[in-house]
Amino acid sequence: MRVAVSASGQTQLDELNPRLGRCEYFVIVDDVSGETWAIENTGRLSTGAAGIATATLLHNHQVDVVITGNVGPNAFTALEAAEIKVYTGTKGKVQDLLEQYRNGNLSKASGPNVGPHGS
Amino acid sequence: MKELTIISGKGGTGKTSILGAFATLAGSSLLCDCDVDAANLHILLNPSIKETYEFYGEKKAEILPELCTDCGKCEELCQFKAIQKGQINSYACEGCAVCYHVCPAEAIKMKPHLSGHWYISDTKWGPMVHAKLGIAQGNSGLLVNRVRKKAREVAKEHNLSLIISDGPPGIGCPVISSLAGTDMALVVTEPTASGIHDLERIVKVASGFGCITAVCINKYNLDEDNCRFIEDLAEKLEVPVIGKIPYDAAMAEAVLKGIPVTILGQGAAQEPLGELWQQVKHLLGAR
Amino acid sequence: MRISIASGKGGTGKTLVATSLALSLMDQPRPVQLLDCDVEEPNAHIFFKMKQAGSQKVFLPIPKVDYDQCQYCGKCVEVCQFNAIALMKRTLVIFPDVCHSCGGCWYLCPTEALQPTPREVGAVGISQSGSFTLVSGTLKLGTHISPPVIKAVRAKEDPDSIVIIDGPPGSSCPVMTIVDGTDYCILVTEPTPFGLNDLVLAVEMLQVLGIACGVVINRDVPENDIIDRYCEDKGLPILLRIPLKTEIARAYAKGITLVESDPHWKPKFLELYQRVVREVAQ
Repeated sequence: MRVAVSASGQTQLDELNPRLGRCEYFVIVDDVSGETWAIENTGRLSTGAAGIATATLLHNHQVDVVITGNVGPNAFTALEAAEIKVYTGTKGKVQDLLEQYRNGNLSKASGPNVGPHGS
Repeated sequence: MKELTIISGKGGTGKTSILGAFATLAGSSLLCDCDVDAANLHILLNPSIKETYEFYGEKKAEILPELCTDCGKCEELCQFKAIQKGQINSYACEGCAVCYHVCPAEAIKMKPHLSGHWYISDTKWGPMVHAKLGIAQGNSGLLVNRVRKKAREVAKEHNLSLIISDGPPGIGCPVISSLAGTDMALVVTEPTASGIHDLERIVKVASGFGCITAVCINKYNLDEDNCRFIEDLAEKLEVPVIGKIPYDAAMAEAVLKGIPVTILGQGAAQEPLGELWQQVKHLLGAR
Repeated sequence: MRISIASGKGGTGKTLVATSLALSLMDQPRPVQLLDCDVEEPNAHIFFKMKQAGSQKVFLPIPKVDYDQCQYCGKCVEVCQFNAIALMKRTLVIFPDVCHSCGGCWYLCPTEALQPTPREVGAVGISQSGSFTLVSGTLKLGTHISPPVIKAVRAKEDPDSIVIIDGPPGSSCPVMTIVDGTDYCILVTEPTPFGLNDLVLAVEMLQVLGIACGVVINRDVPENDIIDRYCEDKGLPILLRIPLKTEIARAYAKGITLVESDPHWKPKFLELYQRVVREVAQ
């Protein structure tokens, strides 16, 4: 299973970037192999609807779970269609959020928690 | 390094005047204007521009006349009436690329469009990063991202421990871009019906970022009932009101003179502004 | 005659000028139309106690998927520049609120699985009283692309009327849509550096579009000539000055127009109109 965290850097020591659609990178961890790598979020360069482009990117990288701060309605719909589960946190290092996720301390989003454009 | 972003929801609440005061009280900080659609912090801080950069936003269509066969297909299919007589009106073009896809002669290309400029400047109170979006250009959220990224780099270079950003009005995409990753959001509001209306929405937006959120009521004595209403609302939203600035003609006078009100050095707002700044420093220090 | 009213900065008194100008022209031989194109916050109707005679919905086409025809080839996703379509796990998802209705997906779908279907984006309301018509556009909540609704309001323009168009603040796309093709633009500003800063942006926009303009200074104070100096420098006429007076603000806050609360303003607005007519004739 692959877990992605929206981040401002490329390692587990970097901070969570709470904006799903506009974060710089996703740090991805493969639960089975234990491997960690980062992908650039090219979705953030979109003129509009960056959340949808980002969801597509995560789908293409076969991500199963994404940990982020804010999810808008469009991004949520797209992630749902891609069968990617969303967990939300507010701040901390990528490794801390992964730890919280593994311990069951992050809440699973059942709907968008911000409006379009993050409003 | 700490980042403070000043936002307001509604425009015209005195956000920029308060930031101007903070710039002088902080002594030396990195100043950043995230209102790229209608920047106005420069009016108070009088920056001298040191470096200018171009900003390319969305792509727009361009016709290559040497390949165009005048078939008229693009003109017929363009929903925005942006193509007339083989010419593209870049103001009307929304960059949908339908023309690019349907052109049988491959005579249309999509080209990044120069949508604005951004600058690194010097002011008396520290370096400033600001921008100007071109006329009728979209994509201001992306430009705000660019400006803030540069602000962090410049602050690092100059060994500055604080970035103070002026956020755009509203609650749309550019506001979100100016809040992401900030340590503290200071919401400047006023005791009017629309001020009250916007407060709840903007506080909700800010609290989604896990930053410290606090409220300052500007011109609080214009309507004491509304002021109390705002204080109650803030309590309900669990955000502290850390400053109440009285209506002060000196604020308007300072704007007319193009200087921060603290430099003018008179009026009823001086002391409350100083106290507000102490509160901000205290909250930022505790983080 | 089509006159647009704009201001770089919000809250400068655009609607105050538009409503009083319209009321002052009621005795003119030509009919008067006031178009409220501030579709996100239409408020001109507050000042005219008129019953709405009719309302029309505004629709824009968005794609609809015929899942029997769809081959999930991804062409539409590739074509759409606005991320309004996503292909996930063999489902095609459409996002109506980011769609620009460009038609790319349905023109280019190889199996004709996408067809345009109308989506309501707003409404246009019309009220009439004698030879005066008020046309108001309202953007549907949850929609944020206002130019199509503005265009629908402007489609009601009558070439034989004096048309006054009140729009949103700023100098961005919606404002360009309201000033486009008008004979003259009245810019409403206030005498502060912030007002001037935004006035300059609005004037730059009008120059690009080649539209003649003049300035109304609202909340004018005699000791301040910041706007005067700019206008003199640019050769822009100052059409009217409305002084900074609490009576004006108070009456206006109650929903009473300037010419109604103080009838001596009526000849001044009439003069403003005649000045605009002369400027356009030049």
